[in-house]
Amino acid sequence: MINFENIKLKVNDKEITIGAVLESNGSVSNLKTGAWRSKRPVTNLEKCTGCGVCWSLCPEGCIVKRDNGKFETNLDYCKGCGICANECPTNAIEMLMEEK
Amino acid sequence: MEGKTIMEASHAVSEAVKSVKPGVVAAYPITPQTHIVERISEFIANSEMDCEYIRVESEFGAISACLGASATGVRTYTSTAAQGLALMHEVLFIASGMRLPIGMTVANRALSAPINIWNDHQDSISARDCGWIQFYAETAQECYDLTIMQFRISEDKRVLLPSMVCLDGFTLTHLYEPVYILPQRKVDEFLPEYKPYHSILDPEQPLTLGPIGFPSHYMELRYSQVKALDDSINVIKEVFDEFSDSFPPEIENSRPERYYHVEDYKLEDAEIAFVAMGSVCGTIKVMVDRLRKKGERVGLLKLITYRPFPKNAIIDSLRGVKKVAVLEKAISPGGNGPVFDEIRSLFYDEMERPEIRDFIIGLGGRDVTFMHIKKIYDMVKNDKGEGLEWIF
Amino acid sequence: MAILGLPEEEYFSYGHRACAGCGAALAVRLITKAAGRNSIIVEPTGCIEVVSTPYPETAWKLPWVHGAFENAASIASGVTSALKHLGKEDVNVIVIAGDGATYDIGFGHLSGAFERGHNFTYICYDNEAYMNTGIQRSGATPYAASTTTTPSGKESIGKQEWKKDLVHILAAHGSRYVATASIGYQIDAYKKIKRAIETKGPTFVNLLATCPTGWRTDISKSIEIAKLAVDTGVFPLYEIVDGRHIVNRPKSIEELKPVEEYLRMQGRYRHLFRPERNEEAINFIQQRVKENLRSLLEHVEKGL
Repeated sequence: MINFENIKLKVNDKEITIGAVLESNGSVSNLKTGAWRSKRPVTNLEKCTGCGVCWSLCPEGCIVKRDNGKFETNLDYCKGCGICANECPTNAIEMLMEEK
Repeated sequence: MEGKTIMEASHAVSEAVKSVKPGVVAAYPITPQTHIVERISEFIANSEMDCEYIRVESEFGAISACLGASATGVRTYTSTAAQGLALMHEVLFIASGMRLPIGMTVANRALSAPINIWNDHQDSISARDCGWIQFYAETAQECYDLTIMQFRISEDKRVLLPSMVCLDGFTLTHLYEPVYILPQRKVDEFLPEYKPYHSILDPEQPLTLGPIGFPSHYMELRYSQVKALDDSINVIKEVFDEFSDSFPPEIENSRPERYYHVEDYKLEDAEIAFVAMGSVCGTIKVMVDRLRKKGERVGLLKLITYRPFPKNAIIDSLRGVKKVAVLEKAISPGGNGPVFDEIRSLFYDEMERPEIRDFIIGLGGRDVTFMHIKKIYDMVKNDKGEGLEWIF
Repeated sequence: MAILGLPEEEYFSYGHRACAGCGAALAVRLITKAAGRNSIIVEPTGCIEVVSTPYPETAWKLPWVHGAFENAASIASGVTSALKHLGKEDVNVIVIAGDGATYDIGFGHLSGAFERGHNFTYICYDNEAYMNTGIQRSGATPYAASTTTTPSGKESIGKQEWKKDLVHILAAHGSRYVATASIGYQIDAYKKIKRAIETKGPTFVNLLATCPTGWRTDISKSIEIAKLAVDTGVFPLYEIVDGRHIVNRPKSIEELKPVEEYLRMQGRYRHLFRPERNEEAINFIQQRVKENLRSLLEHVEKGL
């Protein structure tokens, strides 16, 4: 096991690591890529059957299963591609323009 | 195998590699390195080494497989020469940037074109900017000793950089010399099992190795790598000292009494000094003796550590010398001999500067004889000629 | 826990910098789910490497290593050998590489690793060009596709050469399992990747991954297009198991949808339709696609 603390160092007041090693902890989630989108998915929960197709096809992996078995999108990360809406077997998802 | 024996320097390297117990060896055959890796293959075939040998499809494959194996947390070794080293070029930088302590032997050979399988230093000198530690060996014993030491140095947590031990192709690789092989348990004491310090590929501790380094971070990461190479000069000295203390020389004239970045040969009161690396130093030492018998005050500064460049050691050794002749088996086309440039630059800020001259010798395996050394000596002593000279 | 037969756990985190609608990002989610926790990922330079590891952040939740562009297979060879030495041969070693790294610059090393028989799985996310560097043509780029180095023009149809048949080349190395897959059929892709991982020795899956940026397609249609690629026979789904072909889809020439349906959806084929319809090129593609499928089906018939 590596002691990760040992490989941290500061150069020019910047924190770096020896050999640019990182812990594989999914830290890209620091960036909320939801800011990228122009359209937002809205799920009609009555039409949603909880089949999971949207979840299985999201390139971000940001669709989550709710307690009631249905699926909803984490809007912090959704880039608004609309694949979920395009593929949903019951057309339960609609893409709406973000108003800013 | 242990104790005194006579063997090819290549095989001495193979013995050293056996004794350091690498987990993975990945190598591609190229003259004149072949004897090294063939002997290692025999060891593995006879269960004398517990090691995975990857018979890769090219030298690029070799150094890449070493990168993968070292990243996984295993001691790794490869060996090559000339075109093979050139082919590895891209990955040499990567391995250093990723701080992977890969060990390599380079059987120095000239670079194409024209294609030439004989000795000069152009291959490893051309790789001096890739961030690897570089040593040059004069004798079979030094090849053996340095190969053991290089792993200890590379794997030190203050260093974590790959290293190459360079030995002259054919002139040294295929030369039979007396060698003292250390008992395995002594090598085990000197070089413990490899424990990765900063990077490993292990599902128990998932790490990301080799990310993209944007302008925001690249310079700081580079700085830390370069500083590690600069500072390794101290670790190298420590390891040289420990090795010299633990293992004094067993065979006369086979190696320096105490390993150091340089070896001084009759420099104490020298007025003229040769500077060189590798097996040609053996020839120069004999010539120095002959000249001394005639009353000439001459000596040799042999460089062992080339990267990091041992600035202080060189300045100390050449103090008081009036004229320096740098003999080198490489050239930077459009510029000077590389070693010459570095040594001359070293003295720029010194109060006392010797005259320094650059001599290109032995390219493409051209034999370097006493006549050549004498000619150079005469030119320097009598101020004949100017600037860079090619001694054919 | 599973949804549609896919494990729920994510090993590739949102927040990665891939384009909206990126087929390759979905491919990585599927691959890492098939691989599971006990895996090491080896990645060459390419879209996924760049969007997933913006130092000091990483999208990965698995051990991951990137070396250079052409040597993923060689690095994987080193990793498998090291694991063997450490007695940890149960760890999955997976290469996730783009088509540029696989078909072209890494081809020789891929061949070497397969020839030596290392136990690893090589998944190529095939978006059919060098996408990360700006949509330049690769050996995987299909005939008549317009790329920045094979742009369509007065004198040019786009790429002149048919797509390299890498799958059969690797089968010829004696791999026990090679297959094609598409994100358009994501469950099939998952199963094939899983099978490739579970099969001993070197295995390969060529996974078609839509690139809306490079193919110039509607970002919401990445899956639809990847499905159509299969249904038109342009990218048929098949496996070669211990040297024997299995054709998954389409199962007959008759059920093929016209290739035009597929080509029409993509900007990289726009020049085949506008300003004039290029009947010759479209027919050529249609015929060749039919021939390819016919050949595959014949292999199955003859037990080859």
